[in-house]
Amino acid sequence: MYQDKIAPALEIQSLRKRYERPAVDGLDLRVRAGEFYMLLGPNGAGKTTTLRMVSGLLQPDEGTISVFGIDALADPVGAKRIIGWLSDEPMIYDKLTPIEYLEFVAGLWSVETTLAKNRARDLLAWLGLEKHAHERCEQFSRGMRQKVALAGALIHDPKLIILDEPLTGLDAGSARLVKNVLTERVREGNTVIMTTHILEIAERMADRIGVISSGKLIAEGTLRELRDRVGQGDATLEEMFLSIVEQDLATA
Amino acid sequence: MSTPGSLLWFARHEMRLAWRDALSMMTAGRRDRERIVAIGVVIFAAFMHVVAFLAIGRLGKVGIAPSLQTLIYVTAAAFLSGSAMLSQAMESVTRTFYSRSDLELILSSPIDASRLFAVRIGAMALSVSVMSLFLIGPFIDVLAWRGGVRWLGAYGAIVAVSLVATAIAVILTVTLFQTIGPKRTRLAAQIAAAVIGGLFVIGLQMAAMFSAGTMSRLAYLQSKYVLAHVPDIASPFWWPARGALGDLGYLAVFVATSAAIFLLVTAIYAPRFADCAIAAAGTSQGATRKSGKERAFRVESPSRSLRRKEMLLLIRDPWLASQSLMQLLYLLPPTVLLWRSFTFEGGVAVILVPVLIMSAGQLGGGLAWLTVSGEDAPDLVETAPIPKSRLLRAKIAAVLECIAIVFAPFVVALALISAEKALVAAVGIFASAMSAASIQLWFRSQAKRSQFRRRHTSSRIATFSEAFTSIAWAATGTVAAAGSWFAVIVALVALGLLGCVRLLSPARAQARSATRKSRGLVAVGES
Repeated sequence: MYQDKIAPALEIQSLRKRYERPAVDGLDLRVRAGEFYMLLGPNGAGKTTTLRMVSGLLQPDEGTISVFGIDALADPVGAKRIIGWLSDEPMIYDKLTPIEYLEFVAGLWSVETTLAKNRARDLLAWLGLEKHAHERCEQFSRGMRQKVALAGALIHDPKLIILDEPLTGLDAGSARLVKNVLTERVREGNTVIMTTHILEIAERMADRIGVISSGKLIAEGTLRELRDRVGQGDATLEEMFLSIVEQDLATA
Repeated sequence: MSTPGSLLWFARHEMRLAWRDALSMMTAGRRDRERIVAIGVVIFAAFMHVVAFLAIGRLGKVGIAPSLQTLIYVTAAAFLSGSAMLSQAMESVTRTFYSRSDLELILSSPIDASRLFAVRIGAMALSVSVMSLFLIGPFIDVLAWRGGVRWLGAYGAIVAVSLVATAIAVILTVTLFQTIGPKRTRLAAQIAAAVIGGLFVIGLQMAAMFSAGTMSRLAYLQSKYVLAHVPDIASPFWWPARGALGDLGYLAVFVATSAAIFLLVTAIYAPRFADCAIAAAGTSQGATRKSGKERAFRVESPSRSLRRKEMLLLIRDPWLASQSLMQLLYLLPPTVLLWRSFTFEGGVAVILVPVLIMSAGQLGGGLAWLTVSGEDAPDLVETAPIPKSRLLRAKIAAVLECIAIVFAPFVVALALISAEKALVAAVGIFASAMSAASIQLWFRSQAKRSQFRRRHTSSRIATFSEAFTSIAWAATGTVAAAGSWFAVIVALVALGLLGCVRLLSPARAQARSATRKSRGLVAVGES
């Protein structure tokens, strides 16, 4: 009940984006504050396009996006202040060290020096990067680069953390570290929206799951709610996901 | 059909890749531009023929037994084009070592890789020849039209020079690799390539300045000093020049010797390429690099953070820094001239002003591309809570800061000769760099910093307009430095040019389309 009274972490209404064909086609989505929301969908379903529009990286053709009550299209700077974005491809600067990278990101988000310094130290320690804090990122493995990028996304302590396939290409150890960091953030009251193709992770971590296909939300709910919808009490998420997407494609 | 793994098979493979790569470079990856590019190439070729006719149309009548001065000119031209070819070939060899695109596939296959490398060396010679023929060909055609078909022999001479240049490039780069190691060779070879490319022109100019106190290279080549120090007219040293002038006997000797050198070098060095490529591939597994001095963690304002980041990235990437600053190599002769003018007359400053302004435009364009288009973390910067305009202003400020650092010493030195001319130079440098940066801003398209060398392919309009506005500002500077009010008109031309470029830019087209769209939406909403 309390959850519904405060502004949702993300509210999307009638969102549309078209390239050659509609990528996002009248999407409505509501993510509550403090939940771990997994966005699933087949390749080309419109997940990344949706998240990029929320993060201010793409301009929608139509629709509204509200982040904790802030109209992200009318006040993109205000919305960006409380969003942390991490893409599947870690975009960091090869010639900077992790500490310099975090210093730069903290500068972009105008985080106060002492606060940023403490957060940087904690994040690097948490992600197992403190030994490499002063080494240039050019020699880092993909997992290390992704962890540096994640630290960058968290240095301003965002209320809404948006991650597009953050675990792609990570080894088991790195993936676990990232998952732990995200779970901890949700426990602290922040909201995480994440896309993934690894359905076991969605099954284990998500409070709620949304399934997108052809730019529309075709199913949403907790794991139990999705099972009820599919009518298979003991189905795995993979089985449910395939069943939902196949049903949608059959009716389309 | 060629047998898989044979030289011919590899050659076909390489030709297909090279053709598609060249096409993609010309069309910036857009198939719909192929016809436009073809028309552009024809227009460029026609334009070059007109330029060639205006430049050397009267020289076609040189006899088959040329004078020593003609031989000096032709030999100097061969050295000039040879140094450019050598530079281009060195870059190609270095790229072959360090690009890992298909090397791992080839090297892990049971095929004799030295055949592939032999073909790649041949491809380098071919691409070097084609580029030179494209640029020098129109001049040869005009000479053949005016002076007879024997001039077509110069085509053979160009091919011969390119074979020798490629062979020397292979020897130099592999030697560098074996002496200083794969880690340092990349940068050293790139710098060496750039220096070699400009060495002959700059060397000639310096010699001209010191011996004759002139900027004219042609006047120097005609000087008594040069005539007294070159070999006798009957010397074999002039055989290549005689061949280029249409003496088929000398031409045959020159081409055959060059081909023999090239084949010998290919046979010796192709097998070593595989070792070099493997060594180059292993460099990334080397020790990690710590940043110099650990400074205290300090968060600055968004604008300062951006400027600092841009400076750090540039300073820490020696390859990019060298690629950018190599354009300043051509400032060396004017610098020497500046130094000499302290002891000679002050009028020489007029020559320096346009050179400085042009260089600032070139450097500004390159740096602006790096900061605006070559942003390696565009998502990060775009998701930052900073208005886009402030973001772009900070990036342009970083560019102008670099320009100020590089050109301030020149302006200060110039001010010691003439305060007025220094002021003109400073204003011109700012205008030229700012114009180039603005063009990069209007024509920005996201790319990786490592694609710096291919930045010109994203927009030909941007490339040409950047050059033309630099020239226009240099012309303004020249007229202003000469003390004429006519400079105002030339400056207006430069601004007009910039305005036209703005109108043509995709940023402007997008803004127009967005305005139309928003008007349409309002109309729908109102109805």
